Amino acid sequence: MNTIKAQRIKPKHQRLVLLVIAFVVLIAAGLLAAWALRSQASYFYVPSEILADAPEPDRAVRLGGMVENGSLRTEADGVTIAFVVGDGKARVPVRFTGIVPSLFVEGSGVVAEGKMGADGTFIADNLLAKHDENYVPRELQDMDAHQARQVVSETR
Amino acid sequence: MIAELGLAALWLAAALCAMQLLAGVLAVAGKGGNLAGLVRPAAIVQGMLALFVLAALIVLFARTDLSVLLVAMNSHSAKPLIFKVAGAWGNHEGSMLLWVTVMGLAGGFVALIDRRLPERTMLATLAAQAFVSLGFYAFLLFSSNPFTRLNPPAIEGAGLNPLLQDLGLAFHPPTLYFGYVGLSVAFSFAVGALVTREVGPLFARAMRPWVLGAWIFLTLGITAGSYWAYYELGWGGWWFWDPVENASLMPWLAATALLHSVGVLASRDALRTWTVMLGVVAFSMSMIGTFLVRSGILTSVHAFAVDPERGAFILVLLAIYIGGALVLFGLNAASIAEGKRFSLVSREGALVVNNVMLSAILAVVLFGTLYPLVTEAFDTRVSVGPPYFNPVGAAFFVPMVLVLMVGPLLRWRQDRLERVGKPLGIVWTALFMTGAILLAATAWIGWLPWIGLMLAAGLAVASWLPLRGRNLRRTPLAVWGMVMAHFGLAVAVAGMASESAFSVEKLVAARAGEQVTVGPWQVQFRGIEPVAGPNWTALEANLTAAYAGSPPVAVQPQARSFWSPPQQTSEAALVTRRFGQLYAVVGEAADGDRWQLRLWWKPFVTLIWLGGVLIALGGLLSLMGRVAFDVRRAFARRRIAMRREDMGR
Amino acid sequence: MSAPPSRPSTRISPWALWVPLIVFLGFLVLVIHGLSRPGSTEVESTMIGKPLPAFTLPPAAGDRPGLSTYDFADEKPRLLNIFASWCVPCAIEAPQLQALSDEGHEVVGVAIRDRREHVAAFLVKHGNPFARIGKDDVSAVQLAIGSSGVPESFVIDGTGVIRYQHIGVIRAEDLPLIREKMREARQ
Repeated sequence: MNTIKAQRIKPKHQRLVLLVIAFVVLIAAGLLAAWALRSQASYFYVPSEILADAPEPDRAVRLGGMVENGSLRTEADGVTIAFVVGDGKARVPVRFTGIVPSLFVEGSGVVAEGKMGADGTFIADNLLAKHDENYVPRELQDMDAHQARQVVSETR
Repeated sequence: MIAELGLAALWLAAALCAMQLLAGVLAVAGKGGNLAGLVRPAAIVQGMLALFVLAALIVLFARTDLSVLLVAMNSHSAKPLIFKVAGAWGNHEGSMLLWVTVMGLAGGFVALIDRRLPERTMLATLAAQAFVSLGFYAFLLFSSNPFTRLNPPAIEGAGLNPLLQDLGLAFHPPTLYFGYVGLSVAFSFAVGALVTREVGPLFARAMRPWVLGAWIFLTLGITAGSYWAYYELGWGGWWFWDPVENASLMPWLAATALLHSVGVLASRDALRTWTVMLGVVAFSMSMIGTFLVRSGILTSVHAFAVDPERGAFILVLLAIYIGGALVLFGLNAASIAEGKRFSLVSREGALVVNNVMLSAILAVVLFGTLYPLVTEAFDTRVSVGPPYFNPVGAAFFVPMVLVLMVGPLLRWRQDRLERVGKPLGIVWTALFMTGAILLAATAWIGWLPWIGLMLAAGLAVASWLPLRGRNLRRTPLAVWGMVMAHFGLAVAVAGMASESAFSVEKLVAARAGEQVTVGPWQVQFRGIEPVAGPNWTALEANLTAAYAGSPPVAVQPQARSFWSPPQQTSEAALVTRRFGQLYAVVGEAADGDRWQLRLWWKPFVTLIWLGGVLIALGGLLSLMGRVAFDVRRAFARRRIAMRREDMGR
Repeated sequence: MSAPPSRPSTRISPWALWVPLIVFLGFLVLVIHGLSRPGSTEVESTMIGKPLPAFTLPPAAGDRPGLSTYDFADEKPRLLNIFASWCVPCAIEAPQLQALSDEGHEVVGVAIRDRREHVAAFLVKHGNPFARIGKDDVSAVQLAIGSSGVPESFVIDGTGVIRYQHIGVIRAEDLPLIREKMREARQ
């Protein structure tokens, strides 16, 4: 049998070493997670908030509000739409390329995921319509008071 | 009648469960006297009674008995029989009943079969199982009674939601449930072992088949759920890091770590404390997952019927079980004698790294899933998605896979890296060659996909290396299982990385007669036709797709409208070619005669789910191998004992 | 048989063993805080105290007139019920609505995303407690009034101001509360 140059860990220490390794890795995971969360979590804005306190240009965020009546327009390529999202206090133009969800109509709520463009237009890569069978965002429930006035003024 | 019988049986089963708990606790505490003899039979009968209750509920659904409230709210006489039956567990009360039934049957089975564990530990295990079941019985009987009558009976049921009438979706919950409940058995074993301070190979061998079985079901459930979301939602994605998805992934991560740990404890008597801890954590994750999903506390794309009240009940159960187990751990774990030593470069060492990395990934997913709750406490609303989960998860996944490539080749207890130099060399060659080929042959695909493909190549080679030098016909099934499962992981990672790297998307507004090129496919749009089904109408796009010159195939995505209840879905059309898929979705009309079409070519995407199935298959091979081994050993023992008797005469 | 006792082992430092429990307690605190926020029917709706949004809805069923904001300005409090023929819980609360109507309270309905024939059939099957029923095909009024599901009921006072929002089925046990809110709305 060949002599193995053994890596001996002193008996007393093995358990401690394992425990320390485990803790160090888990704490590292926690710190990395915390840092990444702060920089990558997607914040939710309503139009008045996003205009007052714009996020960094490349940051993925969500914008929620009511789709202004009469603002929905389809562009020439047939797959890009432009509309305006409002919350009773401010309005933000949004552009989206893709197939819209089925319950997306003017005058109803929407949450757009994407980035705020330099020219003040929100570029959305995903749209979630309120009352979509799949999505009932809790965040939007506070907004109904604002929306009511907006919808009212537009339906006249 | 059947409903009342079912309810009576449910009460009886709950009473038996309480008796099982009481007798078990007394027996373990040494005050039982003859009560110990009651525990096993109670477990067995309780399991059978619970099955009877579930059968009663299924019969009520199959008959569409509209005098039962649950059936009226969740079923419909026009549903096909198979969906009526699946509807029995496709609601909150029914799923709780399924949970309790599977737990009862599992406990009964353990009581019937296991002869390995010391008697006192077995009693403690059955008592722990009863303790967990009792909480759910209480939930059912006092707050979620499936057998409530509706008077007067409804004229027709309300449960005709078309999205739920899908075979995949009907069987996805039970698959996951078998996984969660299997982990509850592991939890009971861990608690039983902690209480009686019997943490050793016997405990590990008793627990292992349950962990394996649960893990196989979880793997299949998650794979099926991912594929269902992929073709049903029409977004082209296969994983969204949605809280409900994470709720199933977290127990899986813990169960994978537990699986490896229990194997070490069973064969090498090491990692004792780890195994017990993971046994508690794995079940905790399944309960936390259940809680997150049913309480409505997190926003999710999957809208379950949420109810904060139910969430609160589950939270209380969770606090009692997990809190109790962790207190027990704090009190008793210090006295667990340390297992056998091993050096860092050894099979055990590699498995420790594996466990630690899996735990880190679990922590990362847990933090990401809970972070929105934390920020809400500070009145900020956030959502956490792929930009967080992908890179941070990868940070721990990459080292884990690197160690996975060499771990199975190392000897137990002590080894040197030089000894495995040659096989490792093959692996690194495969890895770097893949990286180089990708750099040379394609445009830059991004860091994560590039690293992913390299890892997949290396792991695909490395997973077969343990078979090197073996007599393949005499290799234990368990080794084949390991090879298959690790290879499956490589396949899945290859699929995931390819999908990110090589997918091509085309979004157009097309007129009838126009042609679109998507990767190697020529897709011709022939037009839109209205079509109708039994409870829907749809606008169907008629496309023909030709793959690099071969004969065209019809591809017909639909925009479908159901009328009762009113709902619109997008039915994607998929064509599979050599592991890749052409994925077509039709949208709305764009100014008159043009229609929106979204087409993807996703090369190698099916490898993702194929890999998942291979992983589960590997687990199954391992399980079969272990069970066969144990059965053979039991028979051999019996033969030896009989021969001894004969000789002694 | 149990594993033989090994050599004198290192005890794991006690503090390390309690870390998982402490982390779990932290999780419980977080989650209890999250659960205790609004979501149940006792929530103070943000619409309470606000006037009804202006709307006019056509009739949803042949024999009852449609519904508009002007119908609320006659000094009489009303219960506005959002329902649909395809909503089973709405069928379950029908007896309660009938009871309120029989007691002399005025109940009006808004049928969302429904067809006239289906609404008519629903009313035949479950009774018709409504003095007026408006047809809201795109849930415009439902959204504007702050409702996000069916069934939901609102107590509107005699000047068209929303005084109470009840989310979900009105069960028999909820009737005393509804009657109380209707009484308060008279002041």
